[in-house]
Amino acid sequence: MTIYNLYIFDKFGTLLHYAEWNRTKSSGITSEEEYKLTYGMLYSIKSFVSKISPHDPREGFLYYKTNRYALHYLETPSGLKFVLNTDTAVINVKELLQQLYAKVWVEYVVRDPLWTPGTVVTSELFQSKLDEFVKQSPIYGIRNI
Amino acid sequence: MIIYGVYIVSKSGGLIFNLDNNVPRIEHERVFTYPLELVLDYDAKKVSVSFNRKDGINVGHVLVGVNGIAVNGGTLDDGRDVKATLEAAENYPINLKFTRPKMTTNEKIFLASMFYQLYAMACQLSPEPKSSGIESLEADTFTLHCFQTLTGVKFIVISETGLNGMDLLLRKIYELYSDYVLKNPFYSLEMPIRCELFDNKLQELLTQVEKTGISNIDK
Repeated sequence: MTIYNLYIFDKFGTLLHYAEWNRTKSSGITSEEEYKLTYGMLYSIKSFVSKISPHDPREGFLYYKTNRYALHYLETPSGLKFVLNTDTAVINVKELLQQLYAKVWVEYVVRDPLWTPGTVVTSELFQSKLDEFVKQSPIYGIRNI
Repeated sequence: MIIYGVYIVSKSGGLIFNLDNNVPRIEHERVFTYPLELVLDYDAKKVSVSFNRKDGINVGHVLVGVNGIAVNGGTLDDGRDVKATLEAAENYPINLKFTRPKMTTNEKIFLASMFYQLYAMACQLSPEPKSSGIESLEADTFTLHCFQTLTGVKFIVISETGLNGMDLLLRKIYELYSDYVLKNPFYSLEMPIRCELFDNKLQELLTQVEKTGISNIDK
């Protein structure tokens, strides 16, 4: 079980924060392009899910899995999007993302007087707390080699 | 076990087969008083909700009935205009029936090629080497399972959430595809599948799976 990387987007698609832990492959494009591609993909998935869903969706898209990784998605009512890539064996990632929002994002970014909404988060305190939070989570685990 | 639909996408991203199975019909009927709380969008083809929700009637739902009279595009079956009827205060209280719109064939073709791209993007954005594309996608109302064959044909099954062994069902559908579609001398590759035998066998399989579960499919 492991965590690869995390993207945080705001409702306009601006990347607010990116962090990675055990990522072993880069996407082969510049990071700017990668963020845009990720956001674009999520945007498409969201509209895809709402169209193909047989019932009216409430939360909509939750996660997808490939044979190598799983992408978990949490969107807050304010349009903030947390995207976490993990391996495929993990469970309860939704709770982890909710905690990340409540305990790390709200505490160290929303309450940061120097942060203007819609801009990249540069706070070192947030980065270290995020790193600590992820590394302490049971999902992070020990990497199998 | 509910299976909502089966889609087959060719290697170039075109929808070559789709089957709607067990699609729930969501209808909401309610009596409204003047003025109408829902904001409606009057299109030439349909009247849909563009803002507000009420008792299960959500944005995107389409008006299908007014006081029990069916709505056909922008007019009622008795010839009256829907917009004029709904805007006149003397017609209230009025009984309106809304339904979640069914996907048209065009929308299905559109969604199939959209999934084809999502599949490719999921490959590229992988943090690990040698990743496949999306194999399962979970939302709160359904789960999508996808199986891509070596030749690039994608089999997609939309089902309710929390089911196991969907890959077994997908492989069984692949088996039916190779037996009844590829061996059909009148079928040309990449073209929409119109094989009666395949339709029957697939329907039979889905009925069996829904009744007795996936584990009972004969291998």
